[in-house]
Amino acid sequence: MTQVVVTVMPKAGVLDPQGQAVAGALAQLGFDGVGEVRIGKRIELAIEGDDPAGRAREMCEQLLANALIEDYRVEVPR
Amino acid sequence: MRVAIVRFPGSLDHDSAARAVEGMGAEAVEAWHADDELPAGTDAVLLPGGFSYGDHLRCGAIASRAPVMEAVRRHAEEGGPVVGICNGFQVLCEAGLLPGALRRNATLSFVCRQMDLEVCDDGTPWTGGREPGETISIPVKNNEGAWVGDPASARVVLRYRDDLLGSTDRVAGITNEAGNVMGLMPHPEEACDPLLGSTDGRLVLGGLLR
Repeated sequence: MTQVVVTVMPKAGVLDPQGQAVAGALAQLGFDGVGEVRIGKRIELAIEGDDPAGRAREMCEQLLANALIEDYRVEVPR
Repeated sequence: MRVAIVRFPGSLDHDSAARAVEGMGAEAVEAWHADDELPAGTDAVLLPGGFSYGDHLRCGAIASRAPVMEAVRRHAEEGGPVVGICNGFQVLCEAGLLPGALRRNATLSFVCRQMDLEVCDDGTPWTGGREPGETISIPVKNNEGAWVGDPASARVVLRYRDDLLGSTDRVAGITNEAGNVMGLMPHPEEACDPLLGSTDGRLVLGGLLR
């Protein structure tokens, strides 16, 4: 089994109201100097067999990410 | 007329959709998400609102890959009428049967209220012959109802009068190029009885019964 980490983020330019709300809350708490906040998700997969990263990318294309509004990144941590 | 109403785990509005189409003289039958085929004799398909598969991953994403969706795709490709309401609209977008995607409302809140909609395209069967510019009134109830996409890639049939949800170009409902697949966030099945304050939902659902 190979651990694979997929990060899915809203595309640049797609409004992320959740990120905006958190940015507002941080400012309210006195954290200045915070620009844009964007919130996505991390998906951890345990994949059997060859080319786990390639198969994870296929999974992203078919289900894990919606290419219209989201970008994804596949990593295999050492 | 047999209208197959698809039931996914988490579909909520199956019964009110069935009541609405039966009130219009059609027969409502259930299509089960795990089946490969639609019920025998299906003339039209309705994907109801709710939270299919708990809305996990993304709204409509898992449902759009359910076995029954291949049968819905074949029905749509043969020109059969299909309407997706709210979560059903999200499923149709995720399945690629309609362009675009739905994301969270700009208000970051669940919006539940009657909405005025502008008829934009009268060349489809989904507006009951109302002319462009006319207003119809149908309620919305959703948290992720903002359509994002290129309006040029879709036939925009209905637009919100008020930009409350933050959808591109105030889009409320679209069809595919052929006009037989319709998706909208407002709930026409909740606007089919004078008791509910509007019967304009019948205009939209009439597209299933043409």
